[in-house]
Amino acid sequence: MLDLAISVGQTQTPEAVLFWVLAPLTVAAALGMLLVKKAVHSAILMASVMVNLAVFYIAQDALFLGIVQIVVYTGAVMMLFLFILMLVGVDSSDSLTETITGLRPIAIVAAVGFGGLMVSLIGRATLGRNAIGLEAANSLGNVQGIAQLLFSRYVWPFEVVSALLITAALGAMVLAHHQSIQVRPTQRQLSTQRFRGKSLANAAGLPAPGVFARHNAVDVPALLPDGTPAANSINATLQARGDMLTSGTFELGKVDTSKGEEK
Amino acid sequence: MDAANYLYLSALLFTIGAVGVVVRRNAIVVFMCVELMLNAANLAFVTFSRINGDLNGQVVAFFTMVVAACEVVVGLAIIVTIYRSRRSASVDDASLLKR
Repeated sequence: MLDLAISVGQTQTPEAVLFWVLAPLTVAAALGMLLVKKAVHSAILMASVMVNLAVFYIAQDALFLGIVQIVVYTGAVMMLFLFILMLVGVDSSDSLTETITGLRPIAIVAAVGFGGLMVSLIGRATLGRNAIGLEAANSLGNVQGIAQLLFSRYVWPFEVVSALLITAALGAMVLAHHQSIQVRPTQRQLSTQRFRGKSLANAAGLPAPGVFARHNAVDVPALLPDGTPAANSINATLQARGDMLTSGTFELGKVDTSKGEEK
Repeated sequence: MDAANYLYLSALLFTIGAVGVVVRRNAIVVFMCVELMLNAANLAFVTFSRINGDLNGQVVAFFTMVVAACEVVVGLAIIVTIYRSRRSASVDDASLLKR
Protein backbone atom coordinates (compact mmCIF):
# COMPACT_ATOMS: atom_id res chain seq x y z
CA MET A 1 0.00 0.00 0.00
CA LEU A 2 1.24 3.41 -0.90
CA ASP A 3 2.11 5.63 1.97
CA LEU A 4 0.72 8.97 0.92
CA ALA A 5 2.71 10.99 3.35
CA ILE A 6 2.34 14.52 2.05
CA SER A 7 0.28 16.69 4.28
CA VAL A 8 0.01 20.39 3.77
CA GLY A 9 -2.69 21.16 6.22
CA GLN A 10 -6.39 20.53 6.40
CA THR A 11 -8.90 22.69 4.61
CA GLN A 12 -12.24 23.88 5.90
CA THR A 13 -15.18 21.49 5.68
CA PRO A 14 -17.10 23.42 2.95
CA GLU A 15 -14.07 23.22 0.69
CA ALA A 16 -13.74 19.50 1.35
CA VAL A 17 -17.38 18.97 0.41
CA LEU A 18 -16.90 21.06 -2.72
CA PHE A 19 -13.82 19.08 -3.67
CA TRP A 20 -15.33 15.66 -3.13
CA VAL A 21 -18.42 16.60 -5.11
CA LEU A 22 -16.68 18.31 -8.02
CA ALA A 23 -13.46 16.28 -8.33
CA PRO A 24 -15.20 13.00 -9.31
CA LEU A 25 -17.37 14.97 -11.74
CA THR A 26 -14.26 16.54 -13.27
CA VAL A 27 -12.49 13.22 -13.64
CA ALA A 28 -15.63 11.62 -15.08
CA ALA A 29 -16.00 14.43 -17.61
CA ALA A 30 -12.33 14.16 -18.58
CA LEU A 31 -12.65 10.40 -19.04
CA GLY A 32 -15.84 10.90 -20.99
CA MET A 33 -13.95 13.25 -23.28
CA LEU A 34 -11.71 10.33 -24.18
CA LEU A 35 -14.49 7.84 -24.62
CA VAL A 36 -17.31 9.61 -26.45
CA LYS A 37 -17.44 9.21 -30.18
CA LYS A 38 -18.48 12.64 -31.39
CA ALA A 39 -16.08 15.56 -31.18
CA VAL A 40 -18.91 17.95 -30.25
CA HIS A 41 -19.69 15.90 -27.15
CA SER A 42 -15.98 15.93 -26.28
CA ALA A 43 -16.04 19.73 -26.52
CA ILE A 44 -19.03 20.02 -24.17
CA LEU A 45 -17.38 17.70 -21.63
CA MET A 46 -14.16 19.70 -21.92
CA ALA A 47 -16.09 22.90 -21.20
CA SER A 48 -17.54 21.31 -18.06
CA VAL A 49 -14.04 20.28 -16.93
CA MET A 50 -12.90 23.87 -17.39
CA VAL A 51 -15.82 25.31 -15.41
CA ASN A 52 -15.08 22.86 -12.60
CA LEU A 53 -11.44 23.91 -12.62
CA ALA A 54 -12.53 27.54 -12.39
CA VAL A 55 -14.50 26.67 -9.26
CA PHE A 56 -11.41 25.00 -7.82
CA TYR A 57 -9.34 28.11 -8.55
CA ILE A 58 -11.85 30.33 -6.80
CA ALA A 59 -11.98 27.91 -3.86
CA GLN A 60 -8.19 28.22 -3.60
CA ASP A 61 -8.24 32.03 -3.30
CA ALA A 62 -7.33 32.57 -6.95
CA LEU A 63 -10.35 34.69 -7.78
CA PHE A 64 -8.81 36.45 -10.77
CA LEU A 65 -7.65 33.20 -12.38
CA GLY A 66 -11.04 31.60 -11.80
CA ILE A 67 -12.82 34.39 -13.63
CA VAL A 68 -10.18 34.42 -16.40
CA GLN A 69 -10.58 30.65 -16.71
CA ILE A 70 -14.31 31.02 -17.36
CA VAL A 71 -14.01 34.04 -19.65
CA VAL A 72 -10.96 32.97 -21.66
CA TYR A 73 -11.18 29.19 -21.66
CA THR A 74 -14.83 28.32 -21.44
CA GLY A 75 -15.94 31.45 -23.21
CA ALA A 76 -13.38 32.05 -25.92
CA VAL A 77 -11.24 28.95 -26.45
CA MET A 78 -14.06 26.39 -26.30
CA MET A 79 -16.21 28.52 -28.60
CA LEU A 80 -13.27 28.64 -31.02
CA PHE A 81 -13.10 24.85 -30.84
CA LEU A 82 -16.82 24.58 -31.54
CA PHE A 83 -16.55 27.02 -34.47
CA ILE A 84 -13.77 24.94 -36.02
CA LEU A 85 -15.76 21.76 -35.40
CA MET A 86 -18.68 23.24 -37.30
CA LEU A 87 -16.34 24.44 -40.05
CA VAL A 88 -14.45 21.17 -40.47
CA GLY A 89 -17.55 19.08 -40.01
CA VAL A 90 -17.93 15.53 -38.91
CA ASP A 91 -15.96 12.85 -40.66
CA SER A 92 -14.63 9.35 -40.20
CA SER A 93 -11.87 10.48 -37.85
CA ASP A 94 -14.54 10.68 -35.17
CA SER A 95 -14.72 6.91 -34.99
CA LEU A 96 -12.99 5.16 -32.14
CA THR A 97 -11.43 2.40 -34.24
CA GLU A 98 -7.80 1.68 -33.52
CA THR A 99 -5.55 2.37 -36.51
CA ILE A 100 -2.20 1.31 -35.06
CA THR A 101 -2.54 -2.18 -33.64
CA GLY A 102 -1.76 -2.44 -29.98
CA LEU A 103 -1.66 1.30 -29.48
CA ARG A 104 -4.52 1.40 -27.03
CA PRO A 105 -3.28 -1.24 -24.54
CA ILE A 106 0.20 0.27 -24.64
CA ALA A 107 -1.23 3.76 -24.05
CA ILE A 108 -3.31 2.54 -21.11
CA VAL A 109 -0.38 0.68 -19.53
CA ALA A 110 1.88 3.71 -19.99
CA ALA A 111 -0.79 6.01 -18.54
CA VAL A 112 -1.31 3.81 -15.48
CA GLY A 113 2.46 3.72 -14.98
CA PHE A 114 2.86 7.47 -15.41
CA GLY A 115 -0.14 8.30 -13.25
CA GLY A 116 1.01 5.91 -10.54
CA LEU A 117 4.46 7.44 -10.63
CA MET A 118 3.09 10.98 -10.32
CA VAL A 119 0.73 10.08 -7.49
CA SER A 120 3.39 8.23 -5.55
CA LEU A 121 5.84 11.08 -6.13
CA ILE A 122 3.38 13.63 -4.81
CA GLY A 123 2.57 11.29 -1.96
CA ARG A 124 6.19 10.80 -0.92
CA ALA A 125 7.22 14.43 -1.19
CA THR A 126 7.34 16.15 2.14
CA LEU A 127 7.17 19.83 2.67
CA GLY A 128 7.83 19.82 6.38
CA ARG A 129 5.28 22.51 7.06
CA ASN A 130 1.65 23.29 6.54
CA ALA A 131 0.23 25.30 3.68
CA ILE A 132 0.65 28.98 4.30
CA GLY A 133 -2.50 30.06 2.48
CA LEU A 134 -3.00 33.26 0.59
CA GLU A 135 -4.57 35.42 3.27
CA ALA A 136 -1.43 37.55 3.66
CA ALA A 137 -0.66 37.69 -0.06
CA ASN A 138 -4.26 38.58 -0.86
CA SER A 139 -4.55 41.18 1.88
CA LEU A 140 -4.85 44.00 -0.67
CA GLY A 141 -7.06 41.87 -2.87
CA ASN A 142 -6.19 39.10 -5.30
CA VAL A 143 -6.32 41.24 -8.44
CA GLN A 144 -4.18 43.95 -6.85
CA GLY A 145 -1.64 41.37 -5.69
CA ILE A 146 -1.34 39.82 -9.14
CA ALA A 147 -1.15 43.24 -10.78
CA GLN A 148 1.66 44.26 -8.44
CA LEU A 149 3.70 41.20 -9.45
CA LEU A 150 2.76 41.39 -13.11
CA PHE A 151 3.84 45.00 -13.54
CA SER A 152 6.99 44.83 -11.47
CA ARG A 153 8.83 41.52 -11.46
CA TYR A 154 7.10 40.01 -14.49
CA VAL A 155 6.83 43.08 -16.69
CA TRP A 156 9.32 41.78 -19.26
CA PRO A 157 7.67 38.34 -19.63
CA PHE A 158 4.36 40.18 -19.84
CA GLU A 159 5.59 42.20 -22.82
CA VAL A 160 7.07 39.11 -24.47
CA VAL A 161 3.82 37.24 -24.05
CA SER A 162 1.89 40.11 -25.59
CA ALA A 163 4.23 39.99 -28.59
CA LEU A 164 3.59 36.25 -28.81
CA LEU A 165 -0.16 36.84 -28.77
CA ILE A 166 0.05 39.35 -31.62
CA THR A 167 2.31 37.02 -33.60
CA ALA A 168 -0.13 34.15 -33.08
CA ALA A 169 -3.04 36.28 -34.28
CA LEU A 170 -1.08 37.28 -37.39
CA GLY A 171 -0.05 33.66 -38.00
CA ALA A 172 -3.63 32.48 -37.74
CA MET A 173 -4.69 35.12 -40.26
CA VAL A 174 -1.94 34.07 -42.68
CA LEU A 175 -2.78 30.39 -42.29
CA ALA A 176 -6.51 30.81 -42.58
CA HIS A 177 -6.34 33.14 -45.56
CA HIS A 178 -7.67 31.27 -48.53
CA GLN A 179 -6.47 31.89 -52.04
CA SER A 180 -8.47 29.79 -54.46
CA ILE A 181 -6.24 27.81 -56.79
CA GLN A 182 -8.73 27.37 -59.57
CA VAL A 183 -11.34 29.72 -60.91
CA ARG A 184 -14.82 28.95 -59.71
CA PRO A 185 -17.04 27.68 -62.56
CA THR A 186 -19.87 29.99 -63.51
CA GLN A 187 -23.51 29.00 -63.93
CA ARG A 188 -23.02 29.05 -67.67
CA GLN A 189 -20.02 26.71 -67.54
CA LEU A 190 -21.84 24.33 -65.20
CA SER A 191 -24.79 24.21 -67.56
CA THR A 192 -22.53 23.54 -70.54
CA GLN A 193 -20.83 20.80 -68.58
CA ARG A 194 -24.14 19.13 -67.82
CA PHE A 195 -25.35 19.06 -71.41
CA ARG A 196 -22.10 18.62 -73.34
CA GLY A 197 -20.71 16.02 -70.93
CA LYS A 198 -20.46 12.31 -71.51
CA SER A 199 -23.94 11.41 -70.33
CA LEU A 200 -27.18 13.29 -69.98
CA ALA A 201 -28.03 11.48 -66.73
CA ASN A 202 -27.75 14.61 -64.64
CA ALA A 203 -28.93 17.05 -67.30
CA ALA A 204 -32.00 17.92 -65.28
CA GLY A 205 -30.04 18.18 -62.04
CA LEU A 206 -29.48 15.62 -59.32
CA PRO A 207 -32.50 13.58 -58.18
CA ALA A 208 -34.42 15.03 -55.27
CA PRO A 209 -34.44 13.07 -52.02
CA GLY A 210 -37.51 11.47 -50.55
CA VAL A 211 -39.71 8.61 -51.66
CA PHE A 212 -42.59 10.12 -53.50
CA ALA A 213 -46.00 9.73 -51.86
CA ARG A 214 -44.58 7.62 -49.04
CA HIS A 215 -41.89 9.51 -47.16
CA ASN A 216 -40.73 12.92 -48.15
CA ALA A 217 -37.64 13.93 -46.24
CA VAL A 218 -34.07 14.91 -47.04
CA ASP A 219 -32.69 11.94 -45.13
CA VAL A 220 -34.23 9.27 -47.36
CA PRO A 221 -32.69 8.57 -50.77
CA ALA A 222 -34.96 8.65 -53.79
CA LEU A 223 -35.85 5.39 -55.46
CA LEU A 224 -34.74 4.67 -59.00
CA PRO A 225 -37.25 3.01 -61.36
CA ASP A 226 -35.81 -0.42 -60.54
CA GLY A 227 -36.37 0.15 -56.82
CA THR A 228 -32.74 0.76 -55.80
CA PRO A 229 -31.91 3.88 -53.83
CA ALA A 230 -30.27 6.76 -55.73
CA ALA A 231 -27.15 7.56 -53.70
CA ASN A 232 -26.60 11.00 -55.21
CA SER A 233 -30.00 12.23 -54.12
CA ILE A 234 -28.72 12.68 -50.57
CA ASN A 235 -26.35 15.25 -49.17
CA ALA A 236 -22.89 13.76 -48.64
CA THR A 237 -22.72 15.22 -45.12
CA LEU A 238 -25.82 13.29 -44.05
CA GLN A 239 -24.27 10.10 -45.41
CA ALA A 240 -20.99 10.69 -43.58
CA ARG A 241 -22.81 11.41 -40.34
CA GLY A 242 -24.95 8.31 -40.69
CA ASP A 243 -28.14 10.36 -40.30
CA MET A 244 -29.72 8.58 -43.22
CA LEU A 245 -32.69 6.25 -43.48
CA THR A 246 -32.78 3.51 -46.06
CA SER A 247 -35.52 3.81 -48.58
CA GLY A 248 -36.05 0.06 -48.42
CA THR A 249 -38.47 0.44 -45.54
CA PHE A 250 -40.73 2.50 -47.78
CA GLU A 251 -40.84 0.07 -50.67
CA LEU A 252 -44.15 -1.07 -52.03
CA GLY A 253 -45.45 -4.04 -50.13
CA LYS A 254 -43.36 -3.35 -47.05
CA VAL A 255 -45.43 -0.46 -45.76
CA ASP A 256 -48.54 -1.50 -43.97
CA THR A 257 -51.13 0.30 -46.06
CA SER A 258 -54.10 -1.18 -44.23
CA LYS A 259 -53.73 1.36 -41.45
CA GLY A 260 -54.53 4.93 -42.29
CA GLU A 261 -51.73 7.40 -41.63
CA GLU A 262 -53.86 10.43 -40.88
CA LYS A 263 -52.18 12.73 -38.44
CA MET B 1 -9.43 17.10 3.33
CA ASP B 2 -5.79 17.78 2.69
CA ALA B 3 -4.93 20.59 0.31
CA ALA B 4 -2.58 18.20 -1.50
CA ASN B 5 -5.62 16.43 -2.96
CA TYR B 6 -5.68 19.12 -5.63
CA LEU B 7 -2.25 17.91 -6.71
CA TYR B 8 -3.51 14.34 -7.07
CA LEU B 9 -6.45 15.60 -9.13
CA SER B 10 -4.05 17.58 -11.29
CA ALA B 11 -1.85 14.51 -11.89
CA LEU B 12 -4.93 12.46 -12.80
CA LEU B 13 -6.23 15.05 -15.27
CA PHE B 14 -2.79 15.37 -16.84
CA THR B 15 -2.60 11.60 -17.34
CA ILE B 16 -6.06 11.46 -18.89
CA GLY B 17 -5.10 14.26 -21.27
CA ALA B 18 -1.90 12.44 -22.26
CA VAL B 19 -3.83 9.26 -23.05
CA GLY B 20 -6.24 11.30 -25.15
CA VAL B 21 -3.41 12.79 -27.19
CA VAL B 22 -2.10 9.32 -27.97
CA VAL B 23 -5.35 7.47 -28.53
CA ARG B 24 -7.73 9.84 -30.31
CA ARG B 25 -7.47 10.42 -34.05
CA ASN B 26 -9.52 13.55 -34.57
CA ALA B 27 -7.05 16.43 -34.54
CA ILE B 28 -9.52 18.71 -32.74
CA VAL B 29 -10.06 16.21 -29.93
CA VAL B 30 -6.28 15.79 -29.68
CA PHE B 31 -6.03 19.55 -29.25
CA MET B 32 -8.66 19.53 -26.55
CA CYS B 33 -6.66 16.88 -24.70
CA VAL B 34 -3.56 19.09 -24.90
CA GLU B 35 -5.69 21.86 -23.38
CA LEU B 36 -6.70 19.48 -20.60
CA MET B 37 -3.02 18.81 -19.84
CA LEU B 38 -2.28 22.55 -19.71
CA ASN B 39 -5.26 23.07 -17.41
CA ALA B 40 -4.05 20.31 -15.12
CA ALA B 41 -0.66 22.01 -14.90
CA ASN B 42 -2.43 25.29 -14.08
CA LEU B 43 -4.30 23.62 -11.24
CA ALA B 44 -0.96 22.44 -9.83
CA PHE B 45 0.44 25.98 -10.12
CA VAL B 46 -2.53 27.47 -8.28
CA THR B 47 -2.31 24.82 -5.57
CA PHE B 48 1.41 25.40 -5.06
CA SER B 49 0.77 29.12 -4.97
CA ARG B 50 -1.58 28.51 -2.07
CA ILE B 51 0.77 26.09 -0.32
CA ASN B 52 3.68 28.51 -0.56
CA GLY B 53 1.60 31.54 0.24
CA ASP B 54 2.71 33.81 -2.59
CA LEU B 55 1.12 34.81 -5.87
CA ASN B 56 3.97 33.88 -8.23
CA GLY B 57 2.29 30.58 -9.06
CA GLN B 58 -0.88 32.36 -10.09
CA VAL B 59 1.06 34.73 -12.34
CA VAL B 60 2.73 31.73 -14.03
CA ALA B 61 -0.67 30.07 -14.46
CA PHE B 62 -1.87 33.30 -16.06
CA PHE B 63 1.04 33.21 -18.52
CA THR B 64 0.25 29.56 -19.26
CA MET B 65 -3.29 30.57 -20.18
CA VAL B 66 -2.02 33.20 -22.61
CA VAL B 67 0.40 30.77 -24.26
CA ALA B 68 -2.37 28.14 -24.43
CA ALA B 69 -4.63 30.64 -26.17
CA CYS B 70 -1.88 31.34 -28.75
CA GLU B 71 -1.36 27.63 -29.25
CA VAL B 72 -5.06 27.04 -29.82
CA VAL B 73 -5.32 29.85 -32.34
CA VAL B 74 -2.36 28.70 -34.44
CA GLY B 75 -3.18 25.01 -34.02
CA LEU B 76 -6.77 25.39 -35.13
CA ALA B 77 -5.63 27.47 -38.11
CA ILE B 78 -3.27 24.63 -39.07
CA ILE B 79 -6.10 22.11 -38.73
CA VAL B 80 -8.32 24.22 -40.98
CA THR B 81 -5.51 24.52 -43.54
CA ILE B 82 -4.87 20.77 -43.53
CA TYR B 83 -8.59 20.09 -43.76
CA ARG B 84 -8.86 22.41 -46.73
CA SER B 85 -6.19 20.56 -48.71
CA ARG B 86 -6.84 16.99 -47.55
CA ARG B 87 -10.55 17.01 -46.62
CA SER B 88 -9.82 15.25 -43.36
CA ALA B 89 -9.22 16.24 -39.76
CA SER B 90 -7.66 12.93 -38.82
CA VAL B 91 -4.10 12.95 -37.52
CA ASP B 92 -3.47 9.63 -39.27
CA ASP B 93 -4.16 11.01 -42.72
CA ALA B 94 -1.49 13.70 -42.59
CA SER B 95 1.37 11.28 -43.25
CA LEU B 96 2.77 12.64 -46.48
CA LEU B 97 6.33 12.84 -45.16
CA LYS B 98 6.31 9.15 -44.23
CA ARG B 99 6.06 7.91 -47.81
